[in-house]
Amino acid sequence: MNHTLVSKRDRLIERARIVQSIRAFFISQDYLEVETPQRLPVNAPERHIDAVACGDWDLQTSPELAMKRLLAAGYNKIFQLTHCWRDQERGQRHLPEFTMLEWYQSDCDYRETMKECERLLRHLVPTGTLHYRKIVIDLTAPFERLTVIEAFQRYCQCDVSQALKDGRFDELIAYEIEPHLGRERPTILYDYPAELAALARRKPEQPELAERFELYIAGLEVANAFSELTEVNEQRHRFETDEAARRGLGKQPRPLPEPFLVEMESLPPSAGIALGVDRLVMLLTNTETIDDVVCFTPEEL
Amino acid sequence: MYSCSDLKKGLKILIDGEPHVIAQFDFSKPGKGQSLYRCKLRNMVTGALFDRTYRSGESFAPASLEERKMQYLYQDETGYVFMDNQTYEQLSLSADTLADDKYFLVDNMEVEILVFNDMAIGITLPNFVNLRVTQSDPWVKGDTAAGNNKPATVETGFTLQVPSFVEEGTLIQIDTRTGEYATRVKE
Repeated sequence: MNHTLVSKRDRLIERARIVQSIRAFFISQDYLEVETPQRLPVNAPERHIDAVACGDWDLQTSPELAMKRLLAAGYNKIFQLTHCWRDQERGQRHLPEFTMLEWYQSDCDYRETMKECERLLRHLVPTGTLHYRKIVIDLTAPFERLTVIEAFQRYCQCDVSQALKDGRFDELIAYEIEPHLGRERPTILYDYPAELAALARRKPEQPELAERFELYIAGLEVANAFSELTEVNEQRHRFETDEAARRGLGKQPRPLPEPFLVEMESLPPSAGIALGVDRLVMLLTNTETIDDVVCFTPEEL
Repeated sequence: MYSCSDLKKGLKILIDGEPHVIAQFDFSKPGKGQSLYRCKLRNMVTGALFDRTYRSGESFAPASLEERKMQYLYQDETGYVFMDNQTYEQLSLSADTLADDKYFLVDNMEVEILVFNDMAIGITLPNFVNLRVTQSDPWVKGDTAAGNNKPATVETGFTLQVPSFVEEGTLIQIDTRTGEYATRVKE
């Protein structure tokens, strides 16, 4: 008898309920559920995300490009629950194969997606109160909105541009800022430096910032969202820059996702988000390690 | 060589030429950023604990350590001298490295010595050692503050609490892991 598996029973039952409840929420909001291929000739180039190879192609690191091709073809409210793979990502909060929820909506921007996050969480937790590791989080009030610049001032006494210059941005976010976020109510950390948002639209009034946000609950990063970039030339330029950076780091050269770039011409103004379902289940079942909310970890296979 | 993805609790790596063991390990990757590997490291020579964060792309040399069964010979000006009974090779450990373990060494005792680059950096003693009490005042009746215990010093200079019936000249057994009295040895 596999006792680890036996001991996960309550959490796995709760997980199934949460996934069903996510689906019910998006169906009730008139989103269309879609399924896109998980094995792709190429993912969107990302400096710090590595795909897992599968034959000559790669497993998806996110269904993002396929979802946006659907948006460009007039599917205006879509969601998908799917598996994604990211090579070498393993820790207490990471699995190299994990479950992603993505949803996209056209004719809106990231502010609408923020509100959708609030509605989704309230739907999933009808009591409006989340208990996680001795923290009590109120979901009924509007989530805290905190800009990246404000977060650096508040928790690091340091300037964002200086942190970027010193190559310490990620470190400060991970160790100095994240632990403080989403403790009384969820935090929406928003407006990232434009260079840290490959597919996000620049803020029209402040082009050095991108309309991107991350959702944090109890210090845990749950979702990444943005207003979608719709300018093909800028997108191609960013892809080329990131692909060059990837090659500079000695990674396998990859072509650009041409069909996406072609169809992007007809992408309407829109916003989308990727949410880690396993982490959401951790939060909703008061679980400290991601291993305990999935049937099997890679080490157990 | 190890890469960042090999890092985990218990892994032994070389840093600045010295062996370190990972005491705690945490993987983070803040929103589309780079992978961060935060380690609490213990220097296996000095025992010092410190935090260090690594990023993907860094690599680490494994620290090759060996455990050798050796015999304690004697103490001289270089420190405490041990010999490998197979090769007759001798090693010396300083009083600082041995810390309290130096009080539990008995001539000809067999111990495990942790060796790094021909340098002894640690020792594993037998769990129990017999040592003779060289000084202990008689127990004063009515001194209840210390219960039925009183201080005693053994032949190596180590002082510990012993039961009241233990007298000077008694052979006692000491637990080397805790430094506590275990039992009186019948001779």
